[in-house]
Amino acid sequence: MSTTTQNLSTDHSRATADEAHSHGVGATPESSRAARLTSFEVGDFPVPNGREEEWRFSPVDRLAPLFAADTDGKLTGHGVLTTVVDAPEVTVEIVDRDDARLGLAGKPGDRAAAVAWASAPRATVVTVPAEAVASAVTSVRVEGVEGNDEPSAAHILVHAKPLSQATVVIDHVGGANLTETVEVVAEDGAHLTVVSVQDWAEGAVHNAAHRVRIGRDATVKHIVVTLGGDVVRLTPDAEFVGEGGSVEMLGVYFADAGQHQEQRLFVDHAVPNCKSRVTYKGALQGEGAHTVWVGDVLIRAAAEGTDTYELNRNLVLTDGARSDSVPNLEIETGLIEGAGHASATGRFDDEQLFYLQARGIPETDARRLVVRGFFAELINEIGVPEVEARLIDAIERELAQSMSEFASALGTESTAGGDFASDVTEQTDGERAILSEPASVTSADEKL
Amino acid sequence: MSTLEIRDLHVSVETKEGPKPILRGVDLTIRSGETHAIMGPNGSGKSTLAYSLAGHPKYQITSGTVTLDGEDVLAMSVDERARAGMFLAMQYPVEVPGVSVSNFLRTAKTAIDGEAPALRSWIKDVNVAMEKLRMDPEFSERSVNEGFSGGEKKRHEILQMELLKPKIAILDETDSGLDVDALRIVSEGVNRVRETSDVGVLLITHYTRILRYIQPDFVHVFVDGRVAEEGGPELAERLENEGYDRFLVPSA
Repeated sequence: MSTTTQNLSTDHSRATADEAHSHGVGATPESSRAARLTSFEVGDFPVPNGREEEWRFSPVDRLAPLFAADTDGKLTGHGVLTTVVDAPEVTVEIVDRDDARLGLAGKPGDRAAAVAWASAPRATVVTVPAEAVASAVTSVRVEGVEGNDEPSAAHILVHAKPLSQATVVIDHVGGANLTETVEVVAEDGAHLTVVSVQDWAEGAVHNAAHRVRIGRDATVKHIVVTLGGDVVRLTPDAEFVGEGGSVEMLGVYFADAGQHQEQRLFVDHAVPNCKSRVTYKGALQGEGAHTVWVGDVLIRAAAEGTDTYELNRNLVLTDGARSDSVPNLEIETGLIEGAGHASATGRFDDEQLFYLQARGIPETDARRLVVRGFFAELINEIGVPEVEARLIDAIERELAQSMSEFASALGTESTAGGDFASDVTEQTDGERAILSEPASVTSADEKL
Repeated sequence: MSTLEIRDLHVSVETKEGPKPILRGVDLTIRSGETHAIMGPNGSGKSTLAYSLAGHPKYQITSGTVTLDGEDVLAMSVDERARAGMFLAMQYPVEVPGVSVSNFLRTAKTAIDGEAPALRSWIKDVNVAMEKLRMDPEFSERSVNEGFSGGEKKRHEILQMELLKPKIAILDETDSGLDVDALRIVSEGVNRVRETSDVGVLLITHYTRILRYIQPDFVHVFVDGRVAEEGGPELAERLENEGYDRFLVPSA
């Protein structure tokens, strides 16, 4: 039996360096991601209309309050409350916006990020002292203030000093209209895990610019988990500033009817001998569920010895959901260890369902097994037990919901001879771009 | 004692040109303890019969009946058929990434029996069955069928047959693609289930080779969607010597 999941992947480990190599969307306005504007000045970014590359998948009307078009690029709301439970080895401060430690991990890359930078009155700074090893998880809770949906800004800095080791979980709950800056600075030799959980209540709108700076021989694990909220748009940027750095960026998302979950990543290999791994997986169910994954990787001419791979997989569980997946890889040097990406969006595989049912497993249980299996490997890589357990629970809840909808749908049609005919579903323009690549690119078959 | 009765079964598949009839009136009766070999050339409908009995939605039953001890199999969903005691060892087992073999086996056993198996004896049963099929213990932690070799996939199918203890087992070209060693291991597994239970077996194969390891009680030759000839084990020998040619000429 053929699997119905479309598997598109390319391997660029043997790519040559005669010219910059990009295969994203034809409409990309700049020739290189490196040329994309970044600035601390809100005024440098016109109010988005949805046709810009950064916003073309986004519901800009719903995000509009975060653009502060009528208030000169500044928000004054106090719609969220930030509290921290810190590990004993870690220090937490609330600092004014002019604190010298802020703004060191790169500049905003779009209007909402610039508004976040310009508007946050104070910042929460979590510092892991040099050589400190945190004995517990540090939890930062960003909670929407009930009854206050004023557009608001927040700023968090996680700063791991040289040779330190810590895990920080940033949790977003409640209802809010929030544009947020999360700066992550891992100095030389630090081992830092940062998890951002978007578990918002219905109605929440959240834009977050994560800017991660990885020092010499530093190891960063950056994880995003997006479950709740109406619109969640994340732009994690990772920049290497010293040789020997390593970043692993993991993402799990589960979109229900009407939810928009977008993640745009940018990994900037500017120095030699660094390693990046990006793995994002999402499931979608319900009318209007929309997920977006854009993964930009730039290997600059100086970044010899780079080793990078990015992967995105989406599992479409029902009709009416849409998933866009666009990997972009630019390579300016041929002296690299490896570079590749894979993107696949597939419908629920009915042959898997048949196989499991043929062993007596009822359809709802079989579906649950398959979806759990889809996420299992990635969840095991998170390495933060409380986040893993919570995520498994959340996925169970999402599935319970879809199963009940599924069961009621079944009530109206015969179970025998159901619709097993589905094949590949949403093929995004990014995937089309890969499909139409020159034949010289080696195709690498790779496993989930 | 169980009896699977197939009466005048007609099955079509949907094609771009409309429904295409594949099975054109199949009659078969399989009782507990019996082993029936179904042989036939490619395209004769052997696998269609297997998948239709298991309830694959690709196949439309246009007429006829299938009953298991009088119960209407065709009215059952895929999982209900399995729980009623039917088992299909598939020619192309499906990969289920992220679901371990041990989790899969336990989930299936629980579904078939209606209750979770006692943990200690279950683990022992699984380990013993795996050992007999020469499967490495680490196998149980791998994802179902993912990265399995052809022989591993077939052994995994027979492992399930041993553990789930069906009333009627349909083996769809379990021998295809196996080397002699793997064929022998798989056949021994099938014979163990035959000796230790009352299973009725429907053994679908293109080649007579597997019948040297698994002795059938009855041989049915499938041509053009129906049984063209029936007999005992001697019919298989005749097919081995003569091939299917004599069945193919007149049907043209």
